[in-house]
Amino acid sequence: MQKFEAIDYYDIGQHLTEEEIMVRNSVREFVEDQVIPVIEKHYQAGTFPMELVSKIGELGVFGLTLPAKYGCAEMNNVAYGLVMQELERGDSGVRSFASVQSGLVMYPIHTFGSDAQKENWLPKLAAGGKIGCFGLTEPDFGSNPGGMITRAEKVDGGYLINGAKMWITNGTIADVAVVWAKLDGVVKGFLVEKEFKGFEAPEMKGKHSLRASITSELIFQDVFVPEENILPNSGGLKSPLMCLNQARYGIAWGVVGSMMACFDTALKYANSRVQFSKPISAYQLTQQKFAYMVTEITKSQLLNLQLAKLKDQGKVKHTQISLAKRNNCEMALNIARMSREILGANGILDEYPVMRHAANLESVKTYEGTHEMHTLILGEDITGIPAYDN
Amino acid sequence: MKIAVCVSHVPDTAAKINIASDGKSIDQNGVTYVVNPYDEIAIEEALKTKEAFEGETVAISVGPESNKDSIKKALAMGIDSGVLLKHEGFIDSLGVARALADEIKTLDAKLVFFGKQSVDYDNSIVGQLTSELIGYNCVSVVVDFKLDGEKIICEREIEGGREIVETTLPAVITAQKGLNEPRYASLKGIMAAKKKTIEEKDAAAGENVVEVIKMKKPPVKQPGRILGEDATVVPELVKLLKEEAKVI
Repeated sequence: MQKFEAIDYYDIGQHLTEEEIMVRNSVREFVEDQVIPVIEKHYQAGTFPMELVSKIGELGVFGLTLPAKYGCAEMNNVAYGLVMQELERGDSGVRSFASVQSGLVMYPIHTFGSDAQKENWLPKLAAGGKIGCFGLTEPDFGSNPGGMITRAEKVDGGYLINGAKMWITNGTIADVAVVWAKLDGVVKGFLVEKEFKGFEAPEMKGKHSLRASITSELIFQDVFVPEENILPNSGGLKSPLMCLNQARYGIAWGVVGSMMACFDTALKYANSRVQFSKPISAYQLTQQKFAYMVTEITKSQLLNLQLAKLKDQGKVKHTQISLAKRNNCEMALNIARMSREILGANGILDEYPVMRHAANLESVKTYEGTHEMHTLILGEDITGIPAYDN
Repeated sequence: MKIAVCVSHVPDTAAKINIASDGKSIDQNGVTYVVNPYDEIAIEEALKTKEAFEGETVAISVGPESNKDSIKKALAMGIDSGVLLKHEGFIDSLGVARALADEIKTLDAKLVFFGKQSVDYDNSIVGQLTSELIGYNCVSVVVDFKLDGEKIICEREIEGGREIVETTLPAVITAQKGLNEPRYASLKGIMAAKKKTIEEKDAAAGENVVEVIKMKKPPVKQPGRILGEDATVVPELVKLLKEEAKVI
């Protein structure tokens, strides 16, 4: 197979620093050598490539924006975004793993945790020696997490948690779950460790999407969580929503990796596939698709870079992250579907990555805030009128 | 002990190469450069040796300012410091070897790793020339390297098999694929590299003894031909293989 060529139509690379370029290239190489050769096999088998976890940890991807004293690289949000982009060029499931570990587990422990919690968990999570998951969504509370029924009750020496979570990436393989539950009506975060009595995390089977990723239920039956495992600085729904902003930011970048993979595959295919008298890339209907793809990839890349700059300046609004997540996921799905069309019947085979990306992106468009919810978040921000019950 | 590793900055093997208008160099337009892949193996071996025996590692490169990118990659992988021996324009293998030899002597590095060849000019000679210029022992095309005090035992690839050789420090080792799996530059390594130094000085290359007169592209491959789909075309196929392709 021909080597992957990363499209950068507007030479956006000129705005990256030397370190950012090195990070991107190093992760790109890693994905090329370590992810792509094994991912189809895992996807077909419905298994997560566990063998990659410690290698990704060694590379320094997990929690890469967090301080060096916890074993992290202490890099900026541009580097974080580029890493997510490169991982998702391999597979959305692998990027999801890194997103969850970094944005939904290490970030809340760092932001809301005690010093002891940070010192205990962050270095292990950074190295990939321990795996984390994030429990917010419930079977009946997806877009409206504020209605959650999972409860924590104060008891002697700690808390008792009861309830259930669903659609939890990494749940079954996690050593620690960042669980959100209501304590006296206020949402608080708890670190639930896998061996705690009454805690189970069965895997959800039967997915047609994100097959190389573990998705689980979390079940809590009178789970005793010691006092030292509450995230002391969390409070209210704002805390988990701050985490979701991290994850959504990573998705906005990640899906550009899927776009680049699909576009590159489709272009190489179209240049070599001859029908009638010429390569199919010579036909106007194919060229129209490529013009659309390159335009949308370029727009998404530009959105992401400016979003990263705003985030690094501490100025980013959650609505700006919603805009990028909403736009980029939709465009990635469109591009994956178009690529599949260009590849014709070959597009459905696991010899090419496009069908896998297309199937993954159906989930990515929905999780961390559905396309519809991000539309309404923007709608409210633009008009000042919420279209849903607050 | 000081361990040196010599790195070459070469066009990415995936780059589409065109010849420049002067007819004897390549068109730089759109060509990205990377660390010579064999030199990455040399870097890894230098790092492994340092990790096992202590010591200090230094990456040396001969060429223009842009070669610093390859030195930086070596630093991000874990090499301690870098030296750029500045040189603009064409430089032949002997020139590169002279410049490197001069620097290795200055550094007093007793063990020097090279890739077995650079994938741009493919001369496969700079390591050997350098060892000769400084009077070091040399083992080339190495696939296994062991250091025991002053003694070195290497396995090297030869036609149809392997040869095990013994030599002593000081020595030049040229690395072949299979010697190790080069590590990735980790994010922490990339951040740490920012604090490492790259010394710059002019390359003591001397005069070139080889001159490039002309570059040309390989002949364009002719497309394949399908003679038919069943056994009836075999006689014609045999005839064409004999008379046209002249392979049987």
